[in-house]
Amino acid sequence: MRTRPTAVLLAALMLLAGCSGGGDDGGGDGRVTLRFQSLAWQQESVEATKDLVAEWNAGHPDIRVEYVQGSWDSVHDQLLTSFEGGEAPDVIHDASDDLADFAYGGYLADLTGLLPERLKSDIPPRTWETVTFGDGIYGVPFLQEPRVLIANRTWLEEAGVRIPTPDDPWSWAEFRAVTRRLSGDGRYGVAWPLKDPVSATLNLSLSAGGRLFHRGPDGKVTVRFRAADAVVPRTVHDQVGTDRSASPTTLGSGGSDTLPGFFGGRYAMVPLGFSYRQQIVQQAPEGFDWQVLPAPAGAGGLAQGVSPQTLSIAEDSPHKREAAAFLAFLLRPENMVRLALGDWMLPTGTEALEDPALHTAEHGWATGTALAGRLRSAPAQSVRGYPEWKDKVATPAFQEYYSGAIGLDELRRRLEGDGNLVLARYQR
Amino acid sequence: MRTRTSARVGQYAALLAYLLFLALPLLWLLSTAFKPPRELGSLHPAWIPEDPTLANFRQAFEEQPLLRAALNSLLAAAGAAVVAVLVATPMAYVMARHRTRLARAATGWVVVSQAFPFVLVIIPLFLVLKNLRLIDSLPGLVLVYVVWALPFALWMLAGYVRAVPTELEEAAAVDGAGRLRTLVSVTGPLLAPGIVATALFAFVTAWNEFFFALVLLKTPEKQTLPVILTHFLGAEGVADLGPLAAAAFLATLPSLVVFALIQRRITGGLLTGAVKS
Repeated sequence: MRTRPTAVLLAALMLLAGCSGGGDDGGGDGRVTLRFQSLAWQQESVEATKDLVAEWNAGHPDIRVEYVQGSWDSVHDQLLTSFEGGEAPDVIHDASDDLADFAYGGYLADLTGLLPERLKSDIPPRTWETVTFGDGIYGVPFLQEPRVLIANRTWLEEAGVRIPTPDDPWSWAEFRAVTRRLSGDGRYGVAWPLKDPVSATLNLSLSAGGRLFHRGPDGKVTVRFRAADAVVPRTVHDQVGTDRSASPTTLGSGGSDTLPGFFGGRYAMVPLGFSYRQQIVQQAPEGFDWQVLPAPAGAGGLAQGVSPQTLSIAEDSPHKREAAAFLAFLLRPENMVRLALGDWMLPTGTEALEDPALHTAEHGWATGTALAGRLRSAPAQSVRGYPEWKDKVATPAFQEYYSGAIGLDELRRRLEGDGNLVLARYQR
Repeated sequence: MRTRTSARVGQYAALLAYLLFLALPLLWLLSTAFKPPRELGSLHPAWIPEDPTLANFRQAFEEQPLLRAALNSLLAAAGAAVVAVLVATPMAYVMARHRTRLARAATGWVVVSQAFPFVLVIIPLFLVLKNLRLIDSLPGLVLVYVVWALPFALWMLAGYVRAVPTELEEAAAVDGAGRLRTLVSVTGPLLAPGIVATALFAFVTAWNEFFFALVLLKTPEKQTLPVILTHFLGAEGVADLGPLAAAAFLATLPSLVVFALIQRRITGGLLTGAVKS
């Protein structure tokens, strides 16, 4: 008997909660409501994004944008379900390497005829490649980050090593020599966080001229692991196994996991994404002197693969033109700078990249900005079957190679032999 | 006598060690929640923060609507628990008391249905709920949680029903009690601990559930606590660790409180049943 009032109260509360419907198309008053699912998550970037949405809403009373915060965790499954159910947000924030399935599946609108010329010409063609699938453009790349070396400045200066700059970077051989010189007494020159070894290796391998994936005249892609593809893996392998200048324990770690060791003076350098600087600023001990260095260069110079953050429009959205107008507003150069500063990343737009705020020496902004022109589409971006190749073949193969369990020949055999069998299934 | 004492001491020591082991994640969460960012990046993390701060809690509350999300979670979890128990109890009674081939097949199916992964059912479920206009509503989410919890709840309750001796029901019938009276006055009280345990299971399952809530609720004001917690996570597993730990610690409290309140009821009910049988 005692549970009855509780149950009635609960049912009433739930009924009330169920009745308070969310926003829709404006209820016939001519107003359009767009749902914008943002993946901004750091305090500053959420604030910047919300401010921009508020500014848009203030200036466009007929096209209201509703900010919805999504999360990087499970975004793919969430979007897939929403697309299938016809309930996807109108404007979608994601990463370019997640778009291929959605683009080929017909879930995303082709933005080719929707975007203003200003925005199209402001972003370099090589960056548009990251969101071009077939003949269509399925997102606007707006933020990107190179992988850089975050270094303990004091340690490097005490060792007397040459400090590299974007104009005069270390070669991969020089990098190896430097890390050897910095190591000893239980301390390491570098800590590679290679929890996800494939994208890190492939993206950095562009600097040595590696490309791994080769598209034939018939359009089919095959894996070929050539000398240029081996430069980066061999450097890491030798630093860990031969020189003992790279920590073996961080090979299975994520970037954040290496920071305590870096702050604690165990590693002189950590290769990390450019946006990790925010964590370093927050967490570094008082007086810890650090700096941002460019990743080593090879035959391909400082080239690096990236998968930029993107904004797309759902194919099912009934308000594609309005959504495109919102994108054009959100990605005006001055707004792109605000978003980039909030996320500690680089904008893709050339005009935004010229903003003085992104060229200060503080926190290594200038070093990162100098690398922006060298960023290319990640090698596997549009290769169908890549996720399976990565999970089933490449990840275990690279992990075993880096840990010393297999040699370079076996790594090649697996990436090519086993890998091409996987890719062939997707290209029949 | 001395052997018995030392055995008892050993038992308590083992129990204490086990409890500590279980409590470690919660203690670590609590410790992290009170650490300033610089201590979070320490190579030698301490259990007790050197410079404890409430800043993580403040930031968590400022950045995310934790209270509203907690209320949503509470409504969804409590709703799921109540409805699951109301539906499962009579079904479990029938399955346990009428052990036909059909009932056994149903029990088997119930257990097998637990093996379906979320991703397999989520799209059809999404479409069904959309047709029922239950997308983006807490009642819709409760419905999903009930359906999800029901098989295990049914299986669990059927076990409790089987543990109640049929002789008691027969004795009640001999004394002139009708079927309904027997169920309410004799079987019901003996089933109470089972019902409470089942409700607790349904509550905790729904309270912790993330994926259905993520996919089914679109409006930010309706999102539940597990969904809000992921807003402290960035790409590639990067996390705003301090506020995340603070929010996660707060999110564990309601479950602990519910456990604390209900635990006595489960124990009391069990004893009651033991005496009667």
